[in-house]
Amino acid sequence: MPSFDTIVIGAGPNGLAAAHRLQSAGRKVLLLEAAAQAGGGAAALVPLADGFAPQPLAHLSLNLDPRVEKAMELSRHGLTWAEANLATTALSETGAHLRLDGPAAARISGPLPEADRQAWAALRARLMRFAAVLAPLRQMPPPRLAKNAGNPMMKLAMIGLKARMMGKAEFRELLRMFLTNVHDALNDELSDPLLKGALAFDATLGSWLAPRSPNSLLLWLDRLSGGTAGVQGAIGLPVGGMGALAAAMVAATEAKGITLRCNAPVARLLVEGDRAAGVVLADGEELRAPLVLSTLSPKTTLLQLVGPRHLDAGLVTRARHQKARGGVAKLHLALNGPPDFRGADLRSRLLIAPSEEHVERAFNPVKYGRTPDAPVMEVLIPSAFGPGHAPEGKHLLSAVVQFAPHAPDDPDAARAALLETCLRQLESHAPGIRDLVAAADLLMPYDIQARWGLPGGNWHAGELSVEQMLFLRPLPGLAQYAGPIAGLWMGSAGCHPGGGISGTAGWNAAEAMMRAPA
Amino acid sequence: MNALTHYETPLLQTPFHPRTAAANRMHSWGPWAGYASVLTYEDLAMEHSAIRNAATVYDLCPMVKYRIEGPEAVDYLNRLTVRNVAKLTPGGVHYTVWCDDAGHLIDDGTLFRLSPDRFRLCCQERHLPWLLDSAQGFEVAISEETEEVAALSLQGPTSATVLAAAGFDVSALKPFRMTRFAFAGGELMVSRTGFTGDLGYELWTTPDLALPLWDHLFAAGALHGLRPIGSDALNMARLEAGFIITGYDFTPAPQCVREDRLRTPVEMGLGWLIDWEKGHFTGRRALKAHRPQWAFVGMEIDGNIEAGGAILYHDQKTEAGVITGACWSPVLKKSIALAQVRVQHAAGGNLWAEIYALRELHYAKLMMRARVVDRPFFAPDRRRATPPARF
Repeated sequence: MPSFDTIVIGAGPNGLAAAHRLQSAGRKVLLLEAAAQAGGGAAALVPLADGFAPQPLAHLSLNLDPRVEKAMELSRHGLTWAEANLATTALSETGAHLRLDGPAAARISGPLPEADRQAWAALRARLMRFAAVLAPLRQMPPPRLAKNAGNPMMKLAMIGLKARMMGKAEFRELLRMFLTNVHDALNDELSDPLLKGALAFDATLGSWLAPRSPNSLLLWLDRLSGGTAGVQGAIGLPVGGMGALAAAMVAATEAKGITLRCNAPVARLLVEGDRAAGVVLADGEELRAPLVLSTLSPKTTLLQLVGPRHLDAGLVTRARHQKARGGVAKLHLALNGPPDFRGADLRSRLLIAPSEEHVERAFNPVKYGRTPDAPVMEVLIPSAFGPGHAPEGKHLLSAVVQFAPHAPDDPDAARAALLETCLRQLESHAPGIRDLVAAADLLMPYDIQARWGLPGGNWHAGELSVEQMLFLRPLPGLAQYAGPIAGLWMGSAGCHPGGGISGTAGWNAAEAMMRAPA
Repeated sequence: MNALTHYETPLLQTPFHPRTAAANRMHSWGPWAGYASVLTYEDLAMEHSAIRNAATVYDLCPMVKYRIEGPEAVDYLNRLTVRNVAKLTPGGVHYTVWCDDAGHLIDDGTLFRLSPDRFRLCCQERHLPWLLDSAQGFEVAISEETEEVAALSLQGPTSATVLAAAGFDVSALKPFRMTRFAFAGGELMVSRTGFTGDLGYELWTTPDLALPLWDHLFAAGALHGLRPIGSDALNMARLEAGFIITGYDFTPAPQCVREDRLRTPVEMGLGWLIDWEKGHFTGRRALKAHRPQWAFVGMEIDGNIEAGGAILYHDQKTEAGVITGACWSPVLKKSIALAQVRVQHAAGGNLWAEIYALRELHYAKLMMRARVVDRPFFAPDRRRATPPARF
């Protein structure tokens, strides 16, 4: 029985990144994964139909952490981009699509009023500037409010300085816009519904917020602070799909000599003398190590792995009350032929979001546990980018659908209802697509919870919203990655700075572990 | 219930109200946990004297009571409170406290183990949300049973004799144990507990038997000096016994507005309750890391003026603490006090109480020597003697 000094629970992007960071620093790491395959939200795990490749939860890369990409040498381990700067098509039911090229819609072609073109250029530049100022916060532990908390004052001062160096007017704009909502910010500047719809969709993707929800702009800034291959705001699609990114991360950890055990679900944390002493697997096997890093959601970590008996009652209540509602469903279709979205380029990201009002209206019923009649969605045809996804001549459609209820009264009926409205919505943008469908699979937020363990099916393993950000994430007092029990650390998407296939939270947690006095 | 007419009687009446109201010659009422409670029935000195020389009855009904039951009740209570509940055997009672996550005191109370997996927790403040939140992950049911229980405290050196005359032989009952008797077609539970530091018992039954119990006790106690007492006399007795009251001697954490009013069990002299070895309880990690800033002490004050609320000074100059409860003790013939002092003054020495004595409409400011002394101030052997002496 080899001995390990650190056990990392969960081999998603955060667990893989953290394990790699720790092993690189000389720790001996055991990485445990409940699923049959590592990679978490990027692992190609969801079977669809014979001849079609299994699909991951995340189908695009938005914010892969450059530290992770570099240190894990992901390109050496097989990561190449099919598109490192994926274009977007905002679909129109009349075929009058807008094509958004470059990072964060840098260039727009299609029928757009000249005033909007100029206004967007100005707004985009401003949002990108704000996002760039805030981006460094992602790569450090959240600042603490307590006195003598040992904050990285230099880094924080640099962020403040850079914000101020934008000039008085821009700094004031940052403060004005910081906590505003997407709908108002868009309508202050733009008029074209299709453009506003596409932007509003992206701004709220993965959150439990709609464009009119207070503070939603902050989520957009968070999205824009990511990027691909060093280009801010660029969306990446790996060759072979996101599963290839997961595979590269796994290959990198294996090359480091990290022991990875799949099919090894952890049942609970082993606590001895009020310290983490290891883990107990679901089958009863005990694995010991003085340090345990959980990259499972904070709710799961605190309420299930540690359990109320080892925690203070107030903390348990706060963990239970931490908001974790997912509003995104994932649709996979096996198609017998190429769909035609009225001539739209299938090698782009296809958005069905006719206006910002449509995005808002798709959210309204979800607030009350019902499904929207006209969901908005991000459609990707992976098979259009290269072979390996679908049999010759056939195609695979992967779509992120907003919004879906996380806890409807009748989950099966809600899934069936949303699948039907999805197909109707697709049919109206790609006439004839329903006749091409050979197999369909819709993962509702509760399906995502069941498969990936994300509470409420929330992408961020706990909602990312202003009241659950920075030193409030995942909970006040636990924002520095150290768990409530000595030896236990937390580094999931539920921790700062949130989710995505980034590895950032895990990396930050690993760095915090290495800084901590032994 | 009285939901629709609550505004007409903002204070509820206990099941003993017909008797306590009739006996309350001074019409002296005060609120206690939403109930009308007698402060002094007739004469404070006589009532206190009865506690120490005869027997007294005090209406305990307003005390908040929770029923805690289930197969994991012991685990639950061990996580909730600081003391080791596994060491409390069925039929036993212990005094305990509980804290919030930061280790600050929420309340104190007495825990009755009625059966292996059924408990009653009696306390000063209401805590149902906290108790229910704490139950997450434990197989345990919690409900408030304040209104389902009628309780009297029977205290004083002749209390065992009164009970014997009433047909309840408690001669073998040891302190902090309880026993049961049939009574008037129902049941009477008697525990050897109390808040006076004297020989005494607490009597627990159902509200329908409240008045028969009162009448039965007074018939049996007529020749043993039994009289009802109000909260004022009880307060003097509890001060002599050195007992604290939540909300008087410390501010419960959930009600604290000022951060520097929060107190840990250690700071209230209750560190001896904490079982560090029993496993985790709420506040344990915070308490382990906490360095006490305050201490809780008993004091004797020069002179004969009650020192309640007095600010304590070191060397008559720098503030050192505050007196939280005080009285002239008729038993000790001394001015006694309980006080919070900054921890460096825990051993006393050169401490002074600034007392404002009202003398014919004018306050006289007195600076009186305040000496730290051991608690309890008054602890007669009879409080523990088993069997108790007969009178």
